[in-house]
Amino acid sequence: MKGKTAILEGSRAVAEAVRACRPDVISVYPITPQTHILEDLARFVSSGQLKSQFVRADSEFSAASIVYGASAAGARAYTASASQGLLLMNEVIYAMASTRLPVVLTAVNRAISAPITIQPDHQDTMSLRDTGALQIHVESLQEAYDAHVQSFRIAEDPEVLLPIFICMDGWVLSHSYEPVTVFPDEAISEFAGTFQPVQKLDPAKPLTYGSYADQDVLMEYRYALMLAQEKAREKIRSVTKEYKEVFGHFDGDLIDTHRTEDAEIILVAMGSMVSTIRAAVDELRAEGRKVGLVKVRTFRPFPEEEIIKACGKAPLIAVLDKSLSVNTGGILATEIKAAFYGNPVQPVIVPFMAGLGGKEVNRRVIKEIVDIACRAGDKQGPRGDTIWMGLDHGFFS
Amino acid sequence: MEVKELHAPGHRACPGCGCAIAVKIILRETGPNTIIVSPTGCLETFTSPIRSSSWEVPWIHSLFENAPAIATGVLAGLNSQGNPNGTKVVAIGGDGGTYDIGMGSLSGMFERKDDILYICYDNEAYMNTGIQGSSATPLGAGTTTTPVTGDSFGKMVEKKDMVAIALAHGVPYVATASIANLADLKKKVRKGMDNPGPAFILMLTPCNVGWGYEPEETVELARKAVETGLFPIVEFENGNMVSALKIRPVPVEEYLKPQKRYQHLFKNDKFEDVLKAIRKKAEDNIKKFGLA
Ligand SMILES: Cc1ncc(C[n+]2csc(CCOP(=O)(O)OP(=O)(O)O)c2C)c(N)n1
Ligand SMILES: [Mg+2]
Repeated sequence: MKGKTAILEGSRAVAEAVRACRPDVISVYPITPQTHILEDLARFVSSGQLKSQFVRADSEFSAASIVYGASAAGARAYTASASQGLLLMNEVIYAMASTRLPVVLTAVNRAISAPITIQPDHQDTMSLRDTGALQIHVESLQEAYDAHVQSFRIAEDPEVLLPIFICMDGWVLSHSYEPVTVFPDEAISEFAGTFQPVQKLDPAKPLTYGSYADQDVLMEYRYALMLAQEKAREKIRSVTKEYKEVFGHFDGDLIDTHRTEDAEIILVAMGSMVSTIRAAVDELRAEGRKVGLVKVRTFRPFPEEEIIKACGKAPLIAVLDKSLSVNTGGILATEIKAAFYGNPVQPVIVPFMAGLGGKEVNRRVIKEIVDIACRAGDKQGPRGDTIWMGLDHGFFS
Repeated sequence: MEVKELHAPGHRACPGCGCAIAVKIILRETGPNTIIVSPTGCLETFTSPIRSSSWEVPWIHSLFENAPAIATGVLAGLNSQGNPNGTKVVAIGGDGGTYDIGMGSLSGMFERKDDILYICYDNEAYMNTGIQGSSATPLGAGTTTTPVTGDSFGKMVEKKDMVAIALAHGVPYVATASIANLADLKKKVRKGMDNPGPAFILMLTPCNVGWGYEPEETVELARKAVETGLFPIVEFENGNMVSALKIRPVPVEEYLKPQKRYQHLFKNDKFEDVLKAIRKKAEDNIKKFGLA
């Protein structure tokens, strides 16, 4: 299908997609750098372009709870947040996932206090990685648009029924302008369909939501989340494939790769940084260096098999992390290492902290990472320490 | 005539639970076309065990601090689908979920003027977790976190005034009710449901375990709370008081003495000032609302 290409702000691209998917209930609380999405949607609703119940909330805790209640009542529900707001939602998101409420949430990734900062990194959504919610990281504004259109169907699938986070880096994606191809609202609405809940709060068939459980039930609820995320794998693939057929765009399914075939070192990363790495990889290739890239699109479900397959026989992997598990290291790197456990090919995996708290990661830094990884690969075993890019050692003296 | 209780028997409440009495009666009035929302607390625990729920109406619990926001969401969800049957949303929460941890969320619900009836069953402490003090625990009452020991006489400060807080939000219907007067409770539930916009009903629901008295005295104590003036039965529409139950005041001791949580006040003269303050509270209520 032919769309219309326009220069859009990232937040606007998201708002356009959300509008066309016609959520029944929207509740969002302001926080930088998410606010433009909220403001765009508020305007769409008040001007009549979008017929949603738009509920102002008193906190992110309440915003998440409002979409929770709405979803339980059978409504398609949408919220968005960032940083401290996502942490405030944490308790609600756990319950939402376990209650199997398919809310769509835009997570505009921003670092966590203290010090308070509005810089982008992935610490916020990583803090919610074990909730059961699906997490898809996007790289570009076009992908942000596409992923939002796909998200409602993935989350609301009767075999999935999980909240989904579309994660996009604050500022770099939310506030930048790029050409984005958007499609007519009617076409998007048709693709997104409507929410057909398998059950809901309904006096005609009274159900109890949020039961108290003794020792023999919670583990089963958690296991059910494992199964649902497995189902989500297939669903993400089929929806992205169908989207490609209808609209001609494809951002990758669980992962995307770039020049990995004969690569001797592969960089693994998520989010907007991936675009920078892409450019750096092309430049390094032009210099004759065999460098490749694996973009992790879905952090949950985690694409272990896809990553292993994409890395093939590459002897060296550098993982670039924008989040930290203190005393363990980068969170993506830790999961990549775990994925390779027991694999016949055992690459050296070198973890990098790159971009935490908004620290600059440009092509020069990427090339430095490649050089450091190659040197470390020679001497360092697979249990190598995290290398902190741009760390100011003078700060500690 | 046999009534089908929408809050079915066989739940796990303690014998003598004031909340259980109240909820059964409330549901008789709301009828089946109602969705109930509850925060974490005794009510949630004793009614909802998995596979043995006692709710015959749709019911949802999510967390301790968000029942008002969940209720708002349920209502928005209904409205987004046109709510063709005019289903009502009623939240029923404990004092902890209302006065304390749910206050922000409740304030938001009031301010947005959401068409929800919020009923607080006030047993004046966190009972579900074993009788810890809340901001609804009254002056002088002993709980595990407002202990009676040395110079400490239980709760050292007054209870929060929830009725005033609801009124300050411009809540169009605000009332108090008692399980000692079920007809009045039902009437108020009806008004709260019919009234457009938010409504708030505060009920005092004695807890024999937490307050320390015999289970069969629950209703009698609820009555004494009213007759002393300590728990005035009042009703406000659009900020104006439209009714106040007249009483022939009885001494506060008749209410306090049967309860273990107040025993220390009668055993030690040094707490005379606390007793005085409680008496004054009753007198002030009587004056303020013209109860006598
Ligand atoms: C965020 C959070 N904090 C604390 C608790 C523990 N908790 C569960 S119920 C409860 C007390 C509830 O008190 P109240 O609202 O007065 O209801 P009651 O148990 O007295 O009926 C507490 C403290 C919890 N479940 N969640
Ligand atoms: Mg209580």
